[in-house]
Amino acid sequence: MQVLDKVLSEHPFFKGFKDSTLELLGECARPVQFAAGKTIFREGEPADSFYLLTHGLVTLDIHLPGKGPVTIQTLQEGEVLGWAWLFPPAKWHFDACALQLTRAIRFDGRCLMGKLEQNPELGFELMKRFSQVIVERLQAARLQLLDLYGSGTRT
Amino acid sequence: MLPRPYRVIRITRHTHDTFTLEMEPADGNPAPYFQPGQFNMLYLFGVGEVPISISGDPGHTRAYVHTIRAVGTVTEALCNLKIGAQVGLRGPFGSSWPVKEAEGSDIVIAAGGIGLAPLRPALYHVLAHRERYGKVVLLYGTRTPQDLLYRKELEKWRGLFHTQVEVTVDHAARDWFGRVGVVTKLIPGARFDPFHTKAFVCGPEVMMRFTVMELMGRGVETENIFISMERNMKCAVGFCGHCQYGPTFICKDGPVYPYSQIQHLFKTREL
Repeated sequence: MQVLDKVLSEHPFFKGFKDSTLELLGECARPVQFAAGKTIFREGEPADSFYLLTHGLVTLDIHLPGKGPVTIQTLQEGEVLGWAWLFPPAKWHFDACALQLTRAIRFDGRCLMGKLEQNPELGFELMKRFSQVIVERLQAARLQLLDLYGSGTRT
Repeated sequence: MLPRPYRVIRITRHTHDTFTLEMEPADGNPAPYFQPGQFNMLYLFGVGEVPISISGDPGHTRAYVHTIRAVGTVTEALCNLKIGAQVGLRGPFGSSWPVKEAEGSDIVIAAGGIGLAPLRPALYHVLAHRERYGKVVLLYGTRTPQDLLYRKELEKWRGLFHTQVEVTVDHAARDWFGRVGVVTKLIPGARFDPFHTKAFVCGPEVMMRFTVMELMGRGVETENIFISMERNMKCAVGFCGHCQYGPTFICKDGPVYPYSQIQHLFKTREL
């Protein structure tokens, strides 16, 4: 097994995938590294990839006029960064920035989409996994909206 | 039932609305021993009485420590006290975190907002008897970095080799170098053995509900999850019924319950 395939097999997002599938997916992947403070992508730019985080911490930021960037979520090792590439208009919704030295496996969205279209079963499996990620983010956003700690009388 | 006079000996301001009062008995005798998770009734003469969790070290009974959020008439008046002021105190009351029964287990302490205050005595106890426990994990979520309670202690605990401390905030500016997200997101990364874990959870009820779900998702049994409930209290000894929660009184049977005991009540909207 290649080093990249091994890294993919150990990432929770690809848990349970066969070696041959990982090999296929690995053809669209390459390891990348971002220094602390480095911007990974910016809101509005074309979303043409996603990242499996293997080390570090990434912020998702939104710019508020007059306030500058506000971090709305952080992602770390074991998580997936970016699903905007899957859906039109395929633009990033937020800025992503490495808060610490961050390592990841970057997947080329166009390359991957080509493979998934030829292999609908794999495409379905991957879509299920991305849906799970999206559902978790949605649930987390809903909880954040509740402003859990903002009021109440717990003493 | 009569309040005993205590004198404020130290005041610490944590955030814009949260502060800690340290109080010792005005008569010079030691304060009664308390169990982690118990609460006292603080009576501000001429204003009113409120239940406040004890947030100090159970190993030190010279004085009581209470961390309070100013959210109403009495707590706002408590916020304005000066050193030397007198407060009436009844207690300690209620059930406690089962720190003795938890010996030999991994300990997960999950706190939201000011919910860290009632959990701090349990953490003090566990850290003072660290060899009696397995892995120890503190998960803490709050609104912003400015709302963190006990920040210096969090940093100290985080520096311990034998304790995992994870902190997250709901949102932050870019000068925050920690995690951002809901507290439940910390649970997948927490290192504990779900078959041998006792989890103590305290925070707003919605936060506790989702935290319990995540802990159960990791395989922790409901009888090993403990939560601290809160309702308005008056007598604190189970007579008046103000804090009735199903067939229980939170002041007497709680505030700390095994989740297995109240899970059927927990999602009952009318309660």
